Amino acid sequence: MNLTFIDWLIMLLYFAFVLGIGFALKRFMRTSKDFFQAGRSLPAWICGLAFISANLGAQEVIGMGASGAKYGIATSHFYWIGAIPAMIFVGVFMMPFYYGSKARSVPEFLRLRFDEKTRAYNACSFAVMTVFSSGISMYAMARLIQTLHVFDSAFLKFNLPLGWIFHFAIIISALIVLGYIFLGGLTSAIYNEVLQFFLIVAGFLPLVWVGLKNVGGWSGLKAALPVAYTHSWRGMTNAHNNPLGVEWFGLSMGLGFVLSFGYWCTDFLVIQTAMATDSEESARRVPLIAAIPKMFFPFLVILPGLIAIATPAITQHAMLRSAPGLNTPAVPPAANDLSDPTKYSKGLIPAKVNPVTGKVMTDEHGKPLLDYDLAIPNMLLHYFPTGILGLGLTALLASFMSGMAGNVTAFNTVWTYDLYQSYIHKNASDTHYLKMGRWATVGGILLSMATAYAVTSFNNIMDTLQLVFSFVNAPLFATFLLGMFWKRTTGHAAFTGLVSGTVAAVIHHGLTLPADAHPGIHGGWIAVVHTYPSEMAQNFWTAIWAFSTNFILTVVISLMTKPRPESELVGLVYSLTPKPVEHHMAWYARPKVIAVGLIALLIALNLTFR
Amino acid sequence: MNLDLRIPMGLMFLIVGGIMSVFGFFTRGSVIYERSVGMNINLIWGLVMLAFGLVMFLLGRASDKRAAAEPIEGTNRPLGGHGHGMGH
Repeated sequence: MNLTFIDWLIMLLYFAFVLGIGFALKRFMRTSKDFFQAGRSLPAWICGLAFISANLGAQEVIGMGASGAKYGIATSHFYWIGAIPAMIFVGVFMMPFYYGSKARSVPEFLRLRFDEKTRAYNACSFAVMTVFSSGISMYAMARLIQTLHVFDSAFLKFNLPLGWIFHFAIIISALIVLGYIFLGGLTSAIYNEVLQFFLIVAGFLPLVWVGLKNVGGWSGLKAALPVAYTHSWRGMTNAHNNPLGVEWFGLSMGLGFVLSFGYWCTDFLVIQTAMATDSEESARRVPLIAAIPKMFFPFLVILPGLIAIATPAITQHAMLRSAPGLNTPAVPPAANDLSDPTKYSKGLIPAKVNPVTGKVMTDEHGKPLLDYDLAIPNMLLHYFPTGILGLGLTALLASFMSGMAGNVTAFNTVWTYDLYQSYIHKNASDTHYLKMGRWATVGGILLSMATAYAVTSFNNIMDTLQLVFSFVNAPLFATFLLGMFWKRTTGHAAFTGLVSGTVAAVIHHGLTLPADAHPGIHGGWIAVVHTYPSEMAQNFWTAIWAFSTNFILTVVISLMTKPRPESELVGLVYSLTPKPVEHHMAWYARPKVIAVGLIALLIALNLTFR
Repeated sequence: MNLDLRIPMGLMFLIVGGIMSVFGFFTRGSVIYERSVGMNINLIWGLVMLAFGLVMFLLGRASDKRAAAEPIEGTNRPLGGHGHGMGH
């Protein structure tokens, strides 16, 4: 990649502003509340944009582009089915309990509603997951910098070994994220997430524009792609008829209900931004404001994937060469077909090359595998001239950092309030906890770095971690749903249900296997009693089993245990809490009105791209 | 919080948009725009960013001047029950 002075300038300017915001906020960080909860003083629109930006990590931008190139517009189900309904639900129904209970974190809410053990279980598993996710983000970013050869020319100029680029990328991203969170806490993280949001829009919108123009607009794109690529609901009646390999029930229950509600309604990574607003009204508006741009994000991150497939490839791209200085000997001379990766690329998507042999990797049927993760980076390189290329790359790097930062602030809050203050050092001064929060930030970043290096040395660790997260997260929503809407739910029941839900997920995974996979990390390690058409279908059904197990067990055990007195549950359970007053708000500002509008828009989008 | 985000954000878009449009202006007709289907994307998008930055900056400045904002906290309905869980 050839970056010029102007690209570097744009990138450096961005980093200067990111750190500058941290410095500017430092003087406002007087109490632990300022640091961990942004003083509960931010406007709803800022928190709303941070709400989606916290989720805009590596997985989102690179992953959704890749999935767009692989499956087409059906990927938008992850937004339209897999996010919007849950965001509406959390805003209209759940936020009053999170914000109104005065809990400072989601695990703390669980303690108020249930008991100490449920909180401890959730806080520990959540803390571990945040540092791992942030580490995975860091790793992905360093790998991408390496693959795109961003720093190569600079390293060559200063006579530094190219093998150091990975370490350099890890250290620099760690220092920047650490710097601005250490200084400005959650406020700084939220402000930077909003900055990153606008930067991602500014970097990707022209990409879609230029790309679409090149392939002849939407009609040109449709003509250039197989018909299934531009329809999101075609063949959804049967799992074998559509590229995702899922049928509508698994999709809407597994993704649309269990997984999506489990994430958007209970994950403190996103909830923390809503809890940083100045009032309960604003807090309820946060996910609803976030839902508007979220609904249109498929056009920003999925569409480039489709365009990448439709773009006639004329030039060989930088990343087809393997990164020099890494475990990669030069590509051996053409011995057979598979040693020429350019033959197998599709549009801008190159074939996957084995870094050791330099040959194209194939699946079991001998079909070459494509490296879909390069869809978005290759789009940037293909369509952007120097200047705006700097902007596009900065946007890409920004997306990694916003994912990292959200995890780190969630970690420092849960660590300090739910673990340190609750079990290690009670009754210390507020200054002490503020200091602890800063050091927890350092600790969180160091653990993320350790994770990033662990991922480089153990091949399967990333898949394994993500699998474990899915086991822990799958049953979560049942606990919150019953806790908030059924006053009879007891602490013992919630805890047992939660743990059994995770166990059910593990067992389901051990007993089933996606088609074409071997027993092992993909499932079936106990015995194979059922085969799913795709890994996605298996994931969705694992979640459905985990949720149902948790739900049923929690209900049964609740009925057998002693309920808490109703007076203790005011403000925590729907039926015992005064409904929020809405009549003083203008009609268009009322959460329920916004929710109805969002649903109408959602239906319209699904009908348009059916 | 006393720092209105729109001010630094507006400034950043102003500077980056400015750099891109100036660069785009001096590279009119250059071969580098073959990539972007012949459009001088630096100039066009630089101007868009410049405009966005300016609007943000001015909005931020205006609200900063009205900064008599009283810090409101809490909810618009009675908070029930117990008050435990607040460490300070």
